[in-house]
Amino acid sequence: MSKQRISCIVNGEPVEFLGSASQSLLDALRDELGLTGSKEGCGSGDCGACSITLDGRLACACLVFAPEAQGRRIGTIEGLAEGGRLHPVQQQFLEHAALQCGFCTPGLLVAAKALLERNPDPTETEVRYWLAGNLCRCTGYDKIVRAVLDAAAQLRAQEARP
Amino acid sequence: MNDAVSAPVLQVVGQRPIRPDGADKVTGRANFGADLRLPGMLTGRVLRSPHAHARILSIDASAARALPGVKAVVTAADFPEPGNQAVDAGEGAATLRALSENCMARGKALYVGHAVAAVAATSPEIAEAALALIAVRYEPLPHVIDVEAAMAPDAPLLHDDLFTKGVTPRPTAPSNIAEKIMLGRGDAAAAMAGAEVVVSGRYVTAPVHQGYLEPHACVASAGADGQCQVWVSTQGHFAVRAMCAGLLGIELRDIRVTPAEIGGGFGGKTTVYLEPVALALSRQCGRPVRMVMTRAEVFEASGPTSGCVIEARLGANADGRVIAAELVLKYQAGAFPGSPVGAGCMAALACYDIEHVAITGFDVVSNRAKVAAYRAPGAPMAALAVESCLDELSLRLGIDPIELRIRNAVRPGAKAVYGATFREIAFIETLEAIRNHPHYRAPLGPDQARGVACGFWFNIGGESSAAVHVDEAGGVTVVSGNPDIGGSRASMAMMAAETLGVPIARVRAIVADTSAIGFSATTGGSRVTFATGMAVVQAAGKVVDDLRRRAGLIWECPLDQVQWQGGQAVCTDPSKTVKPLTLAEIAGRSARTGGPIAAHASLTAQGAGPGFAVHLCDIALDRETGRPTVVRYTAAQDVGRAIHPSYVEGQIQGGVAQGVGWALNEAYLYDDAGRLLNPGFLDYRMPVASDLPMIDTVLVESAPNKRHPYGAKGVGEAPIVPPLPAVACALSRLVGHRLTELPLSPPVLLQALDQPGAAG
Repeated sequence: MSKQRISCIVNGEPVEFLGSASQSLLDALRDELGLTGSKEGCGSGDCGACSITLDGRLACACLVFAPEAQGRRIGTIEGLAEGGRLHPVQQQFLEHAALQCGFCTPGLLVAAKALLERNPDPTETEVRYWLAGNLCRCTGYDKIVRAVLDAAAQLRAQEARP
Repeated sequence: MNDAVSAPVLQVVGQRPIRPDGADKVTGRANFGADLRLPGMLTGRVLRSPHAHARILSIDASAARALPGVKAVVTAADFPEPGNQAVDAGEGAATLRALSENCMARGKALYVGHAVAAVAATSPEIAEAALALIAVRYEPLPHVIDVEAAMAPDAPLLHDDLFTKGVTPRPTAPSNIAEKIMLGRGDAAAAMAGAEVVVSGRYVTAPVHQGYLEPHACVASAGADGQCQVWVSTQGHFAVRAMCAGLLGIELRDIRVTPAEIGGGFGGKTTVYLEPVALALSRQCGRPVRMVMTRAEVFEASGPTSGCVIEARLGANADGRVIAAELVLKYQAGAFPGSPVGAGCMAALACYDIEHVAITGFDVVSNRAKVAAYRAPGAPMAALAVESCLDELSLRLGIDPIELRIRNAVRPGAKAVYGATFREIAFIETLEAIRNHPHYRAPLGPDQARGVACGFWFNIGGESSAAVHVDEAGGVTVVSGNPDIGGSRASMAMMAAETLGVPIARVRAIVADTSAIGFSATTGGSRVTFATGMAVVQAAGKVVDDLRRRAGLIWECPLDQVQWQGGQAVCTDPSKTVKPLTLAEIAGRSARTGGPIAAHASLTAQGAGPGFAVHLCDIALDRETGRPTVVRYTAAQDVGRAIHPSYVEGQIQGGVAQGVGWALNEAYLYDDAGRLLNPGFLDYRMPVASDLPMIDTVLVESAPNKRHPYGAKGVGEAPIVPPLPAVACALSRLVGHRLTELPLSPPVLLQALDQPGAAG
């Protein structure tokens, strides 16, 4: 199977890897770059466990071919905490016990951060519909939705501070 | 052991600290089953049957073996001929033979997706290509999926040597009915004949899957000396060790199983599918083999739970007191015996004190994947039938549904039909908690209705081990042998901190592999916080005793004058003027007081308190589209005492979500050839965030479990039991007649609205 050299920016760092045309970006992230935080729950874009951002837009890494990453900016769960400091949405997930098994958590966090960047003050309904592409089988979503709403409030408070 | 219960001033238990494994799980650092990479690791893939039922005439793998990059190929011929001994398969029993034949078909393929061969190759692409080169000749046979069709005398037989157990005289002809179970007391038929009101119904539920987000995954590595290692996402790594050893003829001591972080299980990861196959492949080629199921493989070949038919009849007096109950439960087991019908029979009426009972259960094999445990196995379907009958009774007699249940509820001292006598139970208080909740009196909107239902689960204890290590600076590590599926490391650390009297920040908690801790039964049956928690508290108690002894040694004072208070040793001898010694101070002097400080406890925990749940569900129905929307949900539960209330609430909320999915949408759909039509999350529709409201919880803590040092009962399973009837009863009121078949999806509800008798 012939492979091609792919260059892109992952979590702000330039990377290069060899990927094949039939390989998903998810497999490339996990197998070529060792970034196993993004999970494969279905491989068909239905569960959201592999949620990443591609040039700032939320996407399922399992639905992107590795060569499509050429020249693009990719954001994964590994890039959420900056300098070892948890992002407010990560911190709120911990405070609210918004995870049980934790398998869907990386995708939910990436999706939640993408929501809050577009909509800093979402309603409960907006959170629920934005996260409808991220399956969680453990929590019933209650604590996840509360965590995202509280993270939004925390981010707004930080923004308001001079 | 009961001191903690009688002295409820607790410092840590009942608080909500951040879980010890939390940071790794929100940053992507946690390693799940498919995340491990080893040098020289191969990819394993499984070739699966395209037929629902077929004789395997021959398997020719020579072309696959010859493909460059293919390092190993296995079929059933590579597994020893298994015996018929029973093995513990999580929350159900199985024979070694059934387990072996489920992992790799022998002679016959029994369902679409049944494994018939497996390969290991240097890349996923080569493994995939190799599967296509394996030539299997099949002789397709007639198949049967549905439970009642499989029970028919002329049904295609799955196993020529399966004779119905529990029937005398022993049948002379084989059958798909693996077992008939009878349970009861009194004279149900006579009591039913004398009842003033009789309600009955025939209830049908579709097969559903546990739906854990993480597909089954493992890495197996066999060494040249025969020592094997397995890394796997499982609820029971000791069970994986036992099953792999039994299926491959390896000594237990030669297999070391390390549990990965587990991405959900709900009972479905209590058995083996890939692990023995990966190990067999690795033994053949001497390299590590990683195997990961696709989502379609998870749906087709791993443990769903049974589809069922349940006939129920309740007889009552005019005051609502139920005097007789007759139930017939028919559960699909899948390709091999072992449906949860036994537990279904036992749980069905456990909430109620009924004098005359007759329950019959049938465990029935059919051409679909062998079922695995699913959260309160067997109970939700039985509850659908029983609670729907009670709802009918409440309507018929004009008695408030909670009041009706209170009149029939079991109280402490009641003897369940299945044999247990209930002790510290708070079912009445749980019913009262719902009756007194503002939700119960809240007005309903237009086209909305409310359903009430109860649920029961046994909860279990069993064998557990734990160790508590104190480092030389007074830090504490709790080691247990139970995979942490929903936050148990937090509760283990909290119980150790409470017992030692130290802040939770001082305690770490890990899950050890099968060689690093004593045997521990599988994480299942809602047993870990109860049973493994007891082992942790016992080990921590030993550490406290040891710390007191060391303080006595330092102070030269007898042990009975050293007390452990608030994390330090205090001398009660008035003649001594010594300052208390903290854990850290004693730890720092451990070398001179007897060496390192550590203790281990292994036990068989008994006295797990059962769980009772009462749920309230408001549903709105769109009469134009048939779309149901859950608009409000409240769940109360007898939890003994919540160790970490957030994770108890989380168990309840998660159970509700799964139960609502089961009631409204989820179902295995088959075509005429026995192929699953919806083996993916798009078509097997589990609840998403926008399908559900907030789920309010009420933790009833009025009856702490006296057998547990901090009063804990299992909490994980009871909450999936009431949602099926709560949803069905609410929707029945909206359509104006009794709905008896799940799932209640929009097309079903539209049709129900069109039926005569439907509410306009």
